[in-house]
Amino acid sequence: MNFDLSDEHILIKNTVRDFAEREVKPLAKQLDERGQFSVDLTRKMGELGLFGLYLPEKYGGQNSDVLSYIIAVEELARVDSSQAATLAAHNSLGIGPIYYYGNDKQKEHYLPMLCTGDALWAFGLTEPDAGSDSRGSKTFARLENGEWTINGSKIFITNGASSVAMGATVQAVSGNIEGKKEFSAIIVDRGTAGFTQIPMHGKMMWRASDTAELYFDDCRVPEENLLGQRGQGSKIMLSTLDNGRLSIGAMGLGLAQGALEMAVKYSKERKQFGKPISTFQAIAFRIADMATKVETARNLLYKACWLKDSGRVFGKEAAMAKYYCSEIAKSVADDAVQIHGGYGLMKDYDIERFYRDQRLLQIGEGTSEIQKLVIARKILE
Amino acid sequence: MKALVCIGHVPDTTSKIKFVNNNTEFDTSDIQYIVGPYEELGLTRLLDLKTAGLDLHITVANVGVQETEATLRKALAMGADDAVRVNAAPKDALFVSKQIANIFKQADYDFVLTGKESIDYNSGEVDGMIAEFLGITSVSGVSKFDIAGNTAQMEREIDGGKEIISSGFPFVVSAGKGFAIEPRIPNMRGIMSARTKKITIVEPENIEDATSTVKFHTPPPRPACKKIAPDNVEELVRLLHEEAKVI
Ligand SMILES: Cc1cc2nc3c(=O)[nH]c(=O)nc-3n(C[C@H](O)[C@H](O)[C@H](O)COP(=O)(O)OP(=O)(O)OC[C@H]3O[C@@H](n4cnc5c(N)ncnc54)[C@H](O)[C@@H]3O)c2cc1C
Repeated sequence: MNFDLSDEHILIKNTVRDFAEREVKPLAKQLDERGQFSVDLTRKMGELGLFGLYLPEKYGGQNSDVLSYIIAVEELARVDSSQAATLAAHNSLGIGPIYYYGNDKQKEHYLPMLCTGDALWAFGLTEPDAGSDSRGSKTFARLENGEWTINGSKIFITNGASSVAMGATVQAVSGNIEGKKEFSAIIVDRGTAGFTQIPMHGKMMWRASDTAELYFDDCRVPEENLLGQRGQGSKIMLSTLDNGRLSIGAMGLGLAQGALEMAVKYSKERKQFGKPISTFQAIAFRIADMATKVETARNLLYKACWLKDSGRVFGKEAAMAKYYCSEIAKSVADDAVQIHGGYGLMKDYDIERFYRDQRLLQIGEGTSEIQKLVIARKILE
Repeated sequence: MKALVCIGHVPDTTSKIKFVNNNTEFDTSDIQYIVGPYEELGLTRLLDLKTAGLDLHITVANVGVQETEATLRKALAMGADDAVRVNAAPKDALFVSKQIANIFKQADYDFVLTGKESIDYNSGEVDGMIAEFLGITSVSGVSKFDIAGNTAQMEREIDGGKEIISSGFPFVVSAGKGFAIEPRIPNMRGIMSARTKKITIVEPENIEDATSTVKFHTPPPRPACKKIAPDNVEELVRLLHEEAKVI
């Protein structure tokens, strides 16, 4: 057994950390306040080579393992969740399905552009009436004369509407077989007639990440825009979520790590009753608990990555990592606010943003309840 | 054109410095190592010149045991072409300089770049000693660097002004603050391609020890801050004069 990261993983970790500190940190607060998506930072993440990291070089990727990608998300989330969200959603949900299920033509057409940082891709599963229950999808696609005609809508779609949002992979009901819905995944490009991308405003968290509503009104795309096989839609979407869980886990871990570091620093600087508050056992014990949670989360998440990188079954561990990392992100951020006292509630302090940003993690890409369903099913089946 | 860039393997600037063995040895447990910040600036500038079209082959070199290869890989990830590691613990500046001078003689390098000083032992001697071993020019603490044709243009801060230096090849230059604005962050492609770049390992030339470390002393802990009431200027002046002895 060996818990050491390789020299290359350490180099990736330090590199992304330097990038996050130098490029992201100075802008994070302002972008959050304005609720503004940054095309510029997205391009810079592309230049750094973070998009499509795990793809083969022939598609413009870096041929890295999954752990490298997860470390990159973790390091961004340590500084800012919104940018980490752009990266995680694009890599896991945008690029993932095309890479794993696309045919050669689709891969050659889409993947190189999606590795540059000039083009983002979205994953449209959730609908107003179909959240945790993705089979509740009403968006319908009818195949006629070599074309799919899509009608319906999607909600809460990350990377769905900014000026670099170039399209989406959409789950739609493509028919009925013996009274059961048949789902297919279909590629829809920006600019297709009948396809409208509308940014959603007023989020409490991830305010600099692009969240969108997607509308399909008699939106027609060629038959060959089908991703994978007809009827494979649910499988594609659910396996994509298995991978996505690792990156949401990384967001929780990185956020918790960042919150812990802020709490440690603040507790050593802040003096009350003539002493740094870190010398009070109540604060010190809280920090001990926070650090233990972060360490446990990291071990669980990295193990899930190791399983995937070794070609082993990783679904249960990915769900556990997503569940645990996002739950501890909540408690660690909360503890960090408590340690900051009143200052922790003020926008001048980054911990205020972290406290809001963690709240999505127990909801997005499968709520904590749904993770527990997945974990329990894998244990009890 | 070929450059030989010395890369120091130094403790991260946030490391807690401790000593062991009766204060004669640096405690390396728990230390994270980085590329020396001045060397990083130096390498960045050379890479920028390369990006701008200068035909430059950059070899990075380090005198150190196997662990230092991670630091050389970072330099390769930033964009250096290949690396040489002299397989020995870096005993002191004289030892290191001798090894680097030997590498220089092995190939047709046009110049050597070092950092102004290492940020651990801060001796600032290596550049001058290499130049002495090779019998070539040395320019220390350079803050601006350019190459045009057969000359290098350099600028450095001196008391009360700036000195502009122009030198033919070969020479040794040590990079100080300003050599590049910010160190280059490697990209993922650089990191992945560093995997296959060559690190040549050479054995050291052993020379007689010139120095040995007798003892390290850590500086006394910083005394607590004294606060003086805003209206008590006399006390402030007295303390600055009698205690701090700065006026
Ligand atoms: C910022 C943001 C970005 C997002 N990005 C994307 C994206 O890119 N693509 C995409 O497709 N979707 C995206 N989503 C949608 C997200 O995946 C859903 O919000 C999530 O799956 C939950 O669905 P819901 O909001 O409809 O909640 P609901 O499913 O209505 O859940 C409400 C509550 O009921 C609980 N619940 C539901 N069913 C069960 C059950 N069987 N047992 C126990 N409890 C249950 C839930 O856990 C939750 O607590 C995003 C959401 C947000 C907020």
